[in-house]
Amino acid sequence: MGQQHAKQQEAALKRTPLHALHLERGARMVPFAGYEMPVSYPSGIIREHLHTRAEAGLFDVSHMGQALVTGPDHETSARALEALMPSALVELAPGAMRYGFLLNDGGGIIDDLIVTRPAAAGEGTLMLVVNADRKAIDYEVLRGALPSGVALAPLETRALLALQGPAAAAVLARHAPEAAALAFMGARAMAFDGIDCHISRSGYTGEDGFEISLEAAQAGAVARALLAETEVEPAGLGARDSLRLEAGLCLYGHDLDETVSPVEAGLGWAIGKRRREEGGYRGAARIARELEGGPKRRRVGLRLEGGAPARQGCVISDGEGRARGVVTSGGFAPSLGAPVAMGYVEPALAAPGTRVQLTVRNKEVPAEVAALPFVPHRYHRAKAA
Amino acid sequence: MSDLKFSKDHEYLRLEGELAVVGITQYAQEQLGDIVFVDLPEIGRALARGDEAAVVDSVKAAAEVYAPAGGEVVEVNGELTKNPALVNEDAEGGGWFFKLKLAKPEEVAELMDQKAYAAYLEGLS
Repeated sequence: MGQQHAKQQEAALKRTPLHALHLERGARMVPFAGYEMPVSYPSGIIREHLHTRAEAGLFDVSHMGQALVTGPDHETSARALEALMPSALVELAPGAMRYGFLLNDGGGIIDDLIVTRPAAAGEGTLMLVVNADRKAIDYEVLRGALPSGVALAPLETRALLALQGPAAAAVLARHAPEAAALAFMGARAMAFDGIDCHISRSGYTGEDGFEISLEAAQAGAVARALLAETEVEPAGLGARDSLRLEAGLCLYGHDLDETVSPVEAGLGWAIGKRRREEGGYRGAARIARELEGGPKRRRVGLRLEGGAPARQGCVISDGEGRARGVVTSGGFAPSLGAPVAMGYVEPALAAPGTRVQLTVRNKEVPAEVAALPFVPHRYHRAKAA
Repeated sequence: MSDLKFSKDHEYLRLEGELAVVGITQYAQEQLGDIVFVDLPEIGRALARGDEAAVVDSVKAAAEVYAPAGGEVVEVNGELTKNPALVNEDAEGGGWFFKLKLAKPEEVAELMDQKAYAAYLEGLS
């Protein structure tokens, strides 16, 4: 058999605060973004994936970068970040979060991230969560660009756990009753069994769920308390990837990179209305051009015929066999029992229902452009007043 | 199954009368995780030892399966098309991939027996 994982120098890998717990639970550990991470537990990726959609999965995402941007007041900090991001951050209310991107001068995405304004207002602090394998680059960009008076403080001693699935809210409420009051993309500091945490109602699966940020020393206690709940099973990076793919969510390094703009990626909804009109961020010229005249390529979902998955790099051709795009993410969708993919195509092929062919191991696999997400999102949105 | 022979690439071969039954080992299926698709060779295909004979897709990645000995593919396991998970459930039994009419039966003796394969696996970890 061809071996798929290159053995890396394991001595150089970092460990998350939950490393011992993963080993206890029999996790298969792999190198990822410089960390030793659980790709799956003995139940396997498919069971972990399905369990998360049925009840609740607990993910260790402590490898991701958590950092504070601190300034004299909210507006100063928000405007400092707005120079690098097309998000409307000045308007961010206390306890609210936004998904956005750091852009380069060409309008390409350096990283996608979440920005949170803490619920305790008036401090000039914004919290960032960035991708693990981009955090070094992100911090360098931020340090180079933030004006004096606004500082970046990476939080190197914090853990991050994600509890995702329809049972997550009920489970979390047993330990952190205030969590039940959070709406999707809301966050606040609160106690979990008396342990200080910062909890947001957000995630990367399309399900209702929470991300729990806390000091590393306490992470084991919180994780074990959650795993002791009957609804909760541990889930690794393998299931995290299949869940986010079904949810139509982008993965940096696959669906996003420094050449891709938010408009091409179908993420224009994350560009603030005021920012479209005013600009004032790196890369604004290209964004304005693409919003006006359309981008050169568009991200699409793809449903494949047959059972073979198509993965990053597979060429997307039209009915005449002409190459018109490329797959950027792909795999097996356990909730659908079939392979799905995401990729970029010329805009003329981007309408759902368009028939295409994907080149998988020198064979043409028929596929159809499909609307995203593949599996409907079930976010807990606030009810309209 | 003491009559299994093993390759360094974690394929097994079991003689069944005139034919050789080929699949991937228990160790291989554990390493791969949940298998979602198997791409089997066409019947009639002539394989040399070491040729890529099949591809197995797990959730995470695809892996090649090589012919542990040369021969002609005379049968493939249709069950795997309907139920790829059978490879995980019963790799060395019902999860077989294809059957060969061996071109050079002496190649079988060059494969590892159960004991040698077990020792080989020890050396890998």
